[in-house]
Amino acid sequence: MAEIAKDLHTEHMVINMGPSHPVTHGTVKFLVTLEGETIVDLDVEIGYLHRGFEKMCENSTWQQVMPYTDRLNYVSPLINNTGYALAVEKLLGIDVPERCKYLRVIACELSRLADHLTNVAAAGLELGAFTAFLYFVEARELVWDLIESLCGARVTVNYVRIGGLKNDLPERFEEKVRDVFREVRRLWKDVDKLLTKNRIFIDRMRGVGAISAEEAIAYGFTGPCLRACGVPYDVRKAQPYLVYDRMDFEVPIGETGDNFDKYLVRMEEMQQSMRIVEQALAQMPDGPINVRMPQVRMEPKEKIYTRIDSLIYHFKTVIEGIKPPPGEVYQAVEGGNGELGFYLVSDGSGKPVKCRVRPPCFALTAAMPRLVKGRLLADIVPTFDMINMIGGECDR
Amino acid sequence: MDESVTLKKLAQKFPDAVVGTHRYRGDDTAIVTKEKIRDICLFLRDDPDLLYNFMMDLTVVDYLGREPRFEVVYHLYSLAHNRRVRLKALVSESDLTIDSVVPVWIAADWFEREAYDMYGVIFQGHPNLRRILLYEGFEGHPLRKDYPLKKRQPLIGPVN
Repeated sequence: MAEIAKDLHTEHMVINMGPSHPVTHGTVKFLVTLEGETIVDLDVEIGYLHRGFEKMCENSTWQQVMPYTDRLNYVSPLINNTGYALAVEKLLGIDVPERCKYLRVIACELSRLADHLTNVAAAGLELGAFTAFLYFVEARELVWDLIESLCGARVTVNYVRIGGLKNDLPERFEEKVRDVFREVRRLWKDVDKLLTKNRIFIDRMRGVGAISAEEAIAYGFTGPCLRACGVPYDVRKAQPYLVYDRMDFEVPIGETGDNFDKYLVRMEEMQQSMRIVEQALAQMPDGPINVRMPQVRMEPKEKIYTRIDSLIYHFKTVIEGIKPPPGEVYQAVEGGNGELGFYLVSDGSGKPVKCRVRPPCFALTAAMPRLVKGRLLADIVPTFDMINMIGGECDR
Repeated sequence: MDESVTLKKLAQKFPDAVVGTHRYRGDDTAIVTKEKIRDICLFLRDDPDLLYNFMMDLTVVDYLGREPRFEVVYHLYSLAHNRRVRLKALVSESDLTIDSVVPVWIAADWFEREAYDMYGVIFQGHPNLRRILLYEGFEGHPLRKDYPLKKRQPLIGPVN
């Protein structure tokens, strides 16, 4: 064999995969050096979207940043909302009412559910499992119906506010959740049957994109990709925020860190998310959903129209923005694919000096060359699917 | 006080390099000079009482008009002790260099490239320091406070 190879004048072939390749989401380019079908080298180029998130935030008031945060990750936007709101509240040193915390937990877990459903569905599709895609997209649509009824929009969803929420639960929400979860669980079982013991799916996923726990930590992996390596790190458990410490849920972990383990971890996390939503709905107390601080949380419209003090507060918060004391905070939440952290610096004015987001998929995408070097060209597809890169977050 | 172990040990080990420490809203912060940054990071990673094995985030803050103008901010997390710490290394505009911490945590690779791209801070010893979001010919560093918000540098299309 070596003799034959010596006589063959082979050269490495360099190909561009993306940015318009369906797998690379239109925002990432892989510069792949191939020897035959084996990947010799891989260079990841992001930056085809470059939203300029931080520059925009630094030129907006604290409240105007809110809609930028949910566009960071369009498959689980409400988690980004919550993370930012928690960070600003930490900076202000305020605590939101109990009911608000439960509602935020519900919003976050529904988003996580939608995120994992999308991820597994797309991964199935890109490996040819079109049925699994259809089933999970149906489930995801049902979850999005819930999110839509919660915040009134379907594409540009935005629910959380600094110091509270946009609105309380809509009517018959619990009933809707029950119906949707029954259906999602049925579809989950179907997809589980379709994929988990599927010979083709296992052959494409098992052993591909594996990484050891030590290496994953060094690369800054968080979320399902880290847990697939056997490290049970979950921000919700390690440093509980909102009311996660009152919830009974498990953190599923894998063993090998390969793509199949990442898939299994995500499948199990969906079940846990549904458990959390059900518990939160059962435990939720009555009461206000917003802090009673008109200098932070906007006053209701009817008060603005009838009371002069409310009108003045309204003017001040809209024109100057809220003014957190000078200082800096870092607040982490568990995003759909890992630790989502907001680092905010305030100088006491109405605009942030620095509004930095630590996106989970940035560290994961950086490790792509490590994950696929020496593997086959076709292995890029499942590996990239399972790290769940989100363009808006990764591109900064 | 369990949380201040990090700051105490850091101040003991590097009395010259640690300019100041503070706690604000539960976040530990150490302000350090940039010369010893790699040693400090190695110490934080390897000391058995600290074990900061995650480099969660690296970014730069531009305090225009202040000297030193830039702060390179590191957010570290220790899985073993479930603790976080923030390191802030001061970098002046006249000498925009700092040692890379890629040898300490490989995760720093892309974060440092991003900081270089957005703020122009040069990380010495970085294996592959080039722009990550913008193209090679892009002039300036857009996240600096003195970079105009609406400035455009189109490669194709109408000129401004």
